[in-house]
Amino acid sequence: MSIPTRSFVLAGFAGILLVSSGLQASGNAAAPPDPAYVQECGSCHAAYPPRRLSGASWQAVLAGLDKHFSVDASLDPKIFTEISAYLNSQAGRQETASADGRPLLRITETRWFRHEHDEVPEAAWKRPAVKSPSNCGACHTAADQGRYSEHGVRIPQ
Amino acid sequence: MRKLLFLTLFAGLPAHAEQPTDFLDSFAAEARQTDPAYAGFDAKRGERFFGARHQGDWSCSSCHTANPVQAGRHQVTGKTIAPLAPSANPERFTRPEKVEKWFRRNCKDVLKRACTPQEKGDVLTYLISLGR
Ligand code: HEC
Ligand code: HEC
Ligand code: HEC
Repeated sequence: MSIPTRSFVLAGFAGILLVSSGLQASGNAAAPPDPAYVQECGSCHAAYPPRRLSGASWQAVLAGLDKHFSVDASLDPKIFTEISAYLNSQAGRQETASADGRPLLRITETRWFRHEHDEVPEAAWKRPAVKSPSNCGACHTAADQGRYSEHGVRIPQ
Repeated sequence: MRKLLFLTLFAGLPAHAEQPTDFLDSFAAEARQTDPAYAGFDAKRGERFFGARHQGDWSCSSCHTANPVQAGRHQVTGKTIAPLAPSANPERFTRPEKVEKWFRRNCKDVLKRACTPQEKGDVLTYLISLGR
């Protein structure tokens, strides 16, 4: 893949980005996802790839599970601890923060996501079968198991 | 015995498989204890409850469809949801902690409060009545 030039303008840590964008070109090079994570965090949407948000972002997501976007996604304490530890250990090392420095809560708002998807036609995101960019599984047919390789990609028409 | 079953169902003990009708028994036991007007469950009432908006944006059928033997779709994320009726999906209503967790979450999202044992029992009676 090519290095996202616009990221250099935006990022204060271009060096880290340079290294990690090469290493993280594929979404599924890591160990198979934790079953508890896939089950609990993959029921309303795909089990998102843990490396695509920083530890700070995941902690911010987990801190608000009872008001998670528009729904209640709260967990019992034991599973919460397990998933929290898993996400911490698998989180991306690169910051995923908004311009004002607050941790992003959405993978779909990261530079990585926009870059990886810059060839997806604008209209495709709005098709009824897709509905939301967060609906990874509409195009990544193995997202249910937390896998996102380019082989399983099929944009619904 | 009822009481024991009830306790094992909701005390967060290790998961074990149940039948959908086992949940009816425990909802009934709970309703008898908390609701003096309780007089059994009713599929029609469950169906009305399932399709009603309850002053919010969503009904149960928003995500589970008005015909829950079919697959549904999450209203926000678009993700497909396997059918809720046990006749169409034998995994439904077999795991106490799963059933409890989703009633807790979805009732809060739809009604802004917990569902009563009566409401849960009516909905389940309705779901069990489907597709047979
Ligand atoms: C009860 C349903 C539900 C559960 C369970 C749930 N989520 Fe979500 N999640 C949502 C909704 C709804 C959205 C918003 C999706 C949209 O805007 O299209 C969302 C969005 C997200 C996003 C942002 C997606 C993006 O746009 O990049 C992340 C990250 C996320 N969830 C993480 C988690 C994690 C971690 C868990 C497990 C602890 C979890 N979710 C469990 C419903 C849920
Ligand atoms: C509208 C369809 C669509 C949606 C929705 C979508 N993607 Fe993609 N994704 C694509 C396409 C197309 C590519 C480019 C595949 C290629 O490189 O040929 C891609 C590429 C990727 C890659 C790189 C794959 C590789 O091996 O190079 C990852 C990882 C990825 N997407 C993750 C996600 C995640 C996570 C989500 C949800 C938050 C998501 N995608 C949502 C269509 C989509
Ligand atoms: C915003 C979407 C949404 C709404 C509205 C919704 N649900 Fe759900 N429901 C889900 C999702 C997602 C799951 C879990 C995914 C799965 O198991 O396939 C689920 C699972 C369940 C389960 C778990 C059953 C089992 O044993 O597997 C029950 C019970 C349930 N819902 C009942 C209800 C009731 C009753 C209502 C209305 C008060 C309702 N739901 C409204 C999305 C929704």
